[in-house]
Amino acid sequence: MKTFLLLFSLSSTILFFTVQKNKPLKESIADGEMIYNDFCLQCHLPNGKGVEGAFPALAQADFLFKNIDRSIASLKYGTQEPIIINGIEYNGLMVDQGLEDQEVADVMNYILNSWGNSHPHMITLERVQSIKPND
Amino acid sequence: MEYLLSSIGLLFCPLVLLYCQDRPDNPPFIESPKEVDYGYQVVVDSLEIPWGMDFISENELLITEKKGELIYAVDGQKTQISGLPFVYQRGQGGLLDVALHPDYRNNKVIYFVTATNTENDNQGGNTALYSAVLNLEDFRLDDLTLLYKATPNTKRPHHWGSRIIFDDQGYLYFAVGDRGQRDITPQDLTTDGGKIYRLHLDGSIPQDNPFVGQPSVKEAIFSYGHRNPQGMFFHNEKKEIWLHEHGPRGGDEINISRKGLNYGWPVISYGINYSGTIFTDKTHQEGMEQPFYYWTPSIGPSGMAISTSDIYPDWKGNIFVGSLTFSYLERLVIENNQVVKREKVLDEIGRVRNVKQSPEGYLFVGVENLGIIKIIPSHENLSTSL
Repeated sequence: MKTFLLLFSLSSTILFFTVQKNKPLKESIADGEMIYNDFCLQCHLPNGKGVEGAFPALAQADFLFKNIDRSIASLKYGTQEPIIINGIEYNGLMVDQGLEDQEVADVMNYILNSWGNSHPHMITLERVQSIKPND
Repeated sequence: MEYLLSSIGLLFCPLVLLYCQDRPDNPPFIESPKEVDYGYQVVVDSLEIPWGMDFISENELLITEKKGELIYAVDGQKTQISGLPFVYQRGQGGLLDVALHPDYRNNKVIYFVTATNTENDNQGGNTALYSAVLNLEDFRLDDLTLLYKATPNTKRPHHWGSRIIFDDQGYLYFAVGDRGQRDITPQDLTTDGGKIYRLHLDGSIPQDNPFVGQPSVKEAIFSYGHRNPQGMFFHNEKKEIWLHEHGPRGGDEINISRKGLNYGWPVISYGINYSGTIFTDKTHQEGMEQPFYYWTPSIGPSGMAISTSDIYPDWKGNIFVGSLTFSYLERLVIENNQVVKREKVLDEIGRVRNVKQSPEGYLFVGVENLGIIKIIPSHENLSTSL
């Protein structure tokens, strides 16, 4: 009985913190907008269209939706790999911006739901935490 | 009511549009050279963001990578130096400038500036100046000493500065940017950020610093009202501290930092917000210094040096500034205390992070995603030409 109670309280604590950790999508998008304005806007621009050949577009970018985990990895660790977005090649360097995992989730949710983008599944903190450099 | 609101909107619209326009380009306008009688050679390759560098000798460099690596490079061969403190990566922050002590030859002391958090407060970070002894037998730093730590910490990603320079009177100068807190730090002498600092070489505060003795001020401050200086040099002929600082959209500035003076950010500026809105309509105010020169449009200046050698024909006394935005090195000709000509050097080379003159008088340029390159006049033997 004691063990059961212990396990029960432990699992409810874990459940409580899991629920706590995932803020509602609306709040995540709003927080993500602030992150975007501080860290991303100067290159990717307020309209998410970037600069052709230099800074990749995020608005209606085919690459982004097909490679969500890789995009998260780029945000967490930076990237130098050449990529093709909407038929245009990009070969620049994006350095690790030092975002916390929750901030990566927030800015992903903002990007995936702005400028005509929409994505049915919320990017969670757990998903960001699970992404490794080569994903 | 709706009608009324839209009429008011219409009335104000032209006014708003007028204010939302960028200010006019500031002359002299950038030119391409008529004749290119120089080329370059990559002396250290495969670097991401070579933020700072200094010369141990002509072929021995100490280089910082923003991501937190201190690199010793001899004839292009790189070795990492261990023993750095915690380098906080956040937006524009990371490992920034490095400089050798003026008497490095005898004491092996180096200085560097980095974004860090020394308080373990989980509140972000701020810019710090360290000294250390460079041990090249074991490729590590000994006697690491924190000389100055700007406070408070913040998670804002912007405007950490910084460069480290020395004058000929035994003072060290470095910069801390406004940390993305335009309306808080630059005009407040009781907090760090938006300032040029002056210290003795051991990190102590000179008693003749301009605000020493005033209640609760940061006594290391030398000048204030700066935004984000990322280029500085000591003008040996004029005995002046030259620097430039990033403006917002338009209004990057060259300033000459003088004891106790206020350079006006953000009360006066030639720039507007990135979004196109204005934050000040003032470009002048009493008690605030005018820039020596301002760039509109912004070039995104980083790194600054003066050419004092006879290696490049016609370049002696010219100022060199890296452009992050337009991917060239800019050459500025100064006559009668004014910028009279601006020219692109190494057009489309990449984001130019840093420029410095070597002991022999060559210009070495740090370029993002490329490395350190050396500019070589055409009459010398070139391995890479433009």
